[in-house]
Amino acid sequence: MTDAAESSPRPTPLADRHAALGAKLIEFSGWLMPVQYRGIIEEHRAVRERAGVFDLSHMGELFIEGPEAGAGLAAALVSDPPSLAEGRAHYSMICAEDGGILDDLIVYRLADERFLVVANAGNAQLVSDALAERLEGFRAVLDDRSLATALCAIQGPLAAAILQPLTDVDVAALRYYAIAEGAVAGIPSLVARTGYTGEDGFEVFVDAARGGELWDALLSAGEPRGAMPVGLGARDTLRLEAGMPLYGNDLDRSTNPYEANLGRVVRLGKPADFVGRAALERVAGEGPGRLLVGLVVRGRGIARHGYPVVAGDRPSGVVTSGTQSPTLGLPIAMAYVAPGDARPGTMLGVEIRERAVEAEVVPLPFYRRAR
Amino acid sequence: MVPPDLRYTKDHEWVRLAGDEAIVGITAFAAGQLGDIVFVELPDAGRVLEQFATFGVVESVKAVSDLFAPIGGEVLETNGALAARPELVNEEPYGGGWMLRVRVADRRQFDELLEPAAYDALVAG
Repeated sequence: MTDAAESSPRPTPLADRHAALGAKLIEFSGWLMPVQYRGIIEEHRAVRERAGVFDLSHMGELFIEGPEAGAGLAAALVSDPPSLAEGRAHYSMICAEDGGILDDLIVYRLADERFLVVANAGNAQLVSDALAERLEGFRAVLDDRSLATALCAIQGPLAAAILQPLTDVDVAALRYYAIAEGAVAGIPSLVARTGYTGEDGFEVFVDAARGGELWDALLSAGEPRGAMPVGLGARDTLRLEAGMPLYGNDLDRSTNPYEANLGRVVRLGKPADFVGRAALERVAGEGPGRLLVGLVVRGRGIARHGYPVVAGDRPSGVVTSGTQSPTLGLPIAMAYVAPGDARPGTMLGVEIRERAVEAEVVPLPFYRRAR
Repeated sequence: MVPPDLRYTKDHEWVRLAGDEAIVGITAFAAGQLGDIVFVELPDAGRVLEQFATFGVVESVKAVSDLFAPIGGEVLETNGALAARPELVNEEPYGGGWMLRVRVADRRQFDELLEPAAYDALVAG
């Protein structure tokens, strides 16, 4: 039995905004989050065609500072944060000794000796604890500002045009996977050109107390151009079209980066020894036992998380994420399959309500924006 | 308020009765709760349904939900338009978004379903 009071989800600093907008709320990773405002498909299309504004205040923000902050992170993560130029970011992972993924992360280098690690909400405490432990002995201090930080994203082809008049950051000069300090609507902010939708866009970190102001400013600037608030529902369909894995669905403790086709993130050649290195070297040498692929369902039905995948009569794997793609108008999915079944063009079956429905392996991502 | 001439189940299906035939769908409340409906799986014509047994599945972007027959009988026709336009269930839950036409086995099953006021009270509850 869990205590209801203890387990009640935490509201974000924007809870009053979500209530005023009539959002449908759900519990997600211990937070009370908007799943949709006006409808998942309408919000999804707004992001693909114009722009959407997201409350991502549930994410974990971990600041690491000190002369050995970079060295400590290199020992803690599979990537090589010291190789980042100041103001740049990369996608990374924190793994266990056996190579299993504890979380996937974005690492930003804010200054020579200052980094920001953004963790998934459900893993933020675990990552914070693991980093604290792994940074022991390094001259670096971990400051977990997850609860003190509000994070809003604006994503979509009009994101830059909407954001520029609000900020002193030169948005055009900010490269993809870069971050800059400045003001947005007069609020001290970190502005990053990152996101999780497959579109151009920005993530803006501010003090939690000023999250509401930031949200209002982004929406007021965006709404005349067709931007709208977007919930977790459309965030999921957008990221799936973009072939981006979701921790808890496509990645978990029993998955290693090579299985997830994310071996490029692991820097086996970096100088530092790091947690999981021996296990990951072994996987890199032997090859993964299963591979994450994209599937397009060619029969009738939608493949969902947990549905079995078969190759003829032989079990092949399991669906990890699936939905009807609002952009493509087709059911799409990601699934782990046997390496021999992973080649694009391979016809497999997804067991949807005890019927094997034809599905074709396709290259990821399903959707790529025109640049 | 829900349409006054229909009867309802606590699982949010509706039935319209005309002679010994019934039209079956899901309520606006159910469609709203599911969100954008993207797929509807319906039985073949000729199948005989027991009252309250599963007859199909409706999928929204996020969720899969079973459909329960509000009334027993033989399926005469399913709404073919839903294959191409499942969003009709959201847009016109009591009209173009209908799901089944059924030859009713026992009219008394209709009378046992929730009256409009009782269903309204249920979803307001």
